This record gives sequence, structure tokens and C-alpha cells, in this order.
Amino acid sequence: MSTSVRTVKLKPPLTDSDVSSLQIGDKVLIDGPIYTARDAAHKRLFELIDAKKDLPFPLKGQVIYYVGPTPPRPGRPIGAAGPTTSYRMDTYAPRLIELGIKATIGKGPRAPEVINAMKKFKAVYLVAIGGTGALLGRQVMKSEMIAFEELGTEAIRRLTVRDFPAIVANDVAGRDIFTEAVAKYAVR
Amino acid sequence: MKTIRFEDIAKHAKQMCMEATHNLSGNMVKKFKSAQQTEASPLGKEVLQQLIENARIAREEDYPICQDTGDAVFFVELGQDVHIEGGSLIDAINKGVSEGYREGYLRFSMVEDPLRRKNTGDNTPAMVTLQLVPGDKLKLSFLAKGGGCENMSAFKMLTPAAGAKGVKEFVVNTVKNAGGNPCPPVVVGVGLGGTFDQCAMLAKKALLREMGEKHPDPFYAQLEAELLDEINKLGIGPMGLGGRTTAVAVHIETLPCHITSLPVAVNMDCHAHRQKTVVL
Repeated sequence: MSTSVRTVKLKPPLTDSDVSSLQIGDKVLIDGPIYTARDAAHKRLFELIDAKKDLPFPLKGQVIYYVGPTPPRPGRPIGAAGPTTSYRMDTYAPRLIELGIKATIGKGPRAPEVINAMKKFKAVYLVAIGGTGALLGRQVMKSEMIAFEELGTEAIRRLTVRDFPAIVANDVAGRDIFTEAVAKYAVR
Repeated sequence: MKTIRFEDIAKHAKQMCMEATHNLSGNMVKKFKSAQQTEASPLGKEVLQQLIENARIAREEDYPICQDTGDAVFFVELGQDVHIEGGSLIDAINKGVSEGYREGYLRFSMVEDPLRRKNTGDNTPAMVTLQLVPGDKLKLSFLAKGGGCENMSAFKMLTPAAGAKGVKEFVVNTVKNAGGNPCPPVVVGVGLGGTFDQCAMLAKKALLREMGEKHPDPFYAQLEAELLDEINKLGIGPMGLGGRTTAVAVHIETLPCHITSLPVAVNMDCHAHRQKTVVL
């Protein structure tokens, strides 16, 4: 990991070459559509996948954001919208990556199975800064309800984001920022 | 005997929910700024900068600090000379929470049942710990407690022989295993002593202490300082992306305990530390 922070623009849907150029520690700014899904929406998505039914959005090349936003104030597309902890979606992520998801956004480290799936099927894991719901909510230009509206904050929404900041935490080479960076700054 | 009206309690509870979720408590921003001076990791510094910027946007543009506007945790000290008129104390708090979360555009994060998981639709019920105290005042302390850091809690019954060394090991390991998940830099609440249930309560109560205020007993103040130092040597850093700022404070609360036991509980609060206290 370099000491200066490199910044890369990402415009979903993403291709193999888009994600292959990214390395852990890179800062990305996302422009375009991303899809929200957290615990309850993943459970519902998998019920559809297992029943071989149509999914609410095509997975190929898309980005999933683990978030449950606050309701918008009048005149705004969304309220606070920072990431939730990703490990709760670790059981679901490998399959979704195999089905075409190119990036997931959340906070905290991923399980080895997820890291392996990203290496095998070329995908990345991005961390947005947890607890910066105001700063990240402001980068959302538009929010459309896509599926499972009855889940409230946990429904699937298509967000159109502009200059949405995140950091590459796992890359297609299988590297992990959490293990590498923590080892670097630990005092023994 | 003093009379406090149901509606007044509800009104204050409502305001506390709305204000605390939009304003970082105490001196958190000051803590972030001083951590920026000492943080060795460039990425860690960048994260701290975003936290400072986020707090400013939340305050100035009326966004909640974090989308997880939490469990509504209330610690209540009720003077035994207080008479509450017009309804029950718990109902008053829940009325305030319901109105505060709905009118404040906050998130509804509570489900009715742990397994069937249907949302209650207004973030009630509040999680209330009630203590009866002498006097004629009602003290309400509110904490908007995020789920991500709550999930990293831990409890253990140590043996008395484990002593301070065993306690330190357990607390440091709990923070280490949590890594970036509880949104560091965290506030670490430690409960020591009491019974199983009381010990867990202490760990949460510790989070309500004025940020960074030392334990009044120098022995425990020293233990707090040693724990903070060891935690910040773990290398976890802001959001777990590496660095020396993993915790901004360690608060220990204690109770007497059985000759057989040394209960220890850890409850962390994320850097979005949202707390408010009022006295009626």
C-alpha cells in the first residue's frame, strides 16, 4: 500500500477491466446507479434466486450498497445514508458475485469466502466511512424504490450517486486492507 | 413531593431524540481533531477528516449524523419524592421516542420480536433502565445506540484469580476481535462486578459518562488509562483501516460482587457518540 492516496472515478455498471485496475487503498468516487440491500433484502433476493424467479434488477456489472437510510426530509431524495457492517451479508455475497455483482460497499472486513469469490470472479469490496451518514447522503442525487417496499429502510432502492467516496478494501488480487494495514500500525 | 407531568417527560424525550441524533455529543469533534495530530496513518487521518466534515454537515444541513439512529436507550434516575401525573413514566418516554423518531425523520430500527422481526414502525420501545434515587428530580439520559457497535459486545465470568490482568486481556481482545466493525474510534464501556445482568448494565452505563472523564477512584482511573493505551497499540485505527486511533476513551463502572466471581462486560459505542441528558 502506497502512502499517498490515489483517486479513481468509477461509473457503474462496471466491467472486469474497471475493477481489475483497482488496488487496496485506492480512493474511488462513484458516479451513477448503485443498489441498496441489507439483511432482509438479501434474504428476499435469495428466495427469488432459489426459486429461479426474475430478480428486481439485473446483477451483471452492478454495485450493491449495504445501507438502510433514514427517511428523507421533504424535498430531498434521501436522509442519512452511510454503510452498515458487511459481515452480516458474507453468507450471501459469494453467490451474488458469481452472478455478476462487481462491487459491494459497506464497512468492516469480509470473510475469506467473500475475498476468494472476488478473486475468482473479479470483483472488489469498497468501504465507505461508517457513521458519515450526512456526508454520504448528500452525494445521493436520486432514490427510486425498486423492490420490497414493505421492508421500509431495508427495501431495495436504486440510488443515483455523484462523487460518492469509498476506499478499496479488497481487490481482485485477493489482498485485504484490514489485515495489511492493521499489521502495519500495530505496536508490539 | 414534586409533580412532573407525563406530557413534559414525553416532550423532553422527543427533543432529546431529535437533537442527539443531529449533534455529536460532548467533545467528540475535539477528540477527532487532536487525534489527527497524532495519527500515523494517512488513511486514518483522512477518515478523521471525513468524521469532522460529517459532523459539520449534519449540524448545518439538518441530516442525522448516521443513518443508524439507534436503539433509544434511556437511563432514568427517578427521585423518590417525584409524583408523575397523567400516565406512566415508561409510556411518556415511548411517546417521546415515537414522536421524535417520526417527526425527526429518523430511522425505525426496532423489530417486535427477535426471530419474527417485524418492524415496530416508530422505533419504540425505548430500552429503559430505571433507578430510584433520593430527592425530587427526574434525570433522563439518552443514548442513540447503533447496532453495529452493539453487536461487538462481550461478557465473561472470570475467576477472581484472573484479576486486573485478566480483565485487561479480555477487554483488549474484545476490541481487537471487533476490528473495524464497531466504527472506531470507539468509546469503550466496561462493566466490572455485580451479577451477570448488572455487569452488562454497567458496561452500557459507562458509555453515558461525560466523554473522557476519569473514574473518581485513582485505581480505576489508572486502569482506564492503561487500557486506552493498549487498545491504541492494536493498530486497528479509524474504521479499522489501520492506525493508532482505535478508541478515544475507556470508561469503567464497578459494583461489589460475589466472592466466587469476577464478571466483566464490554459494550462499545461508535465514533457517532450521540448522548444527551436533562434533569427535570
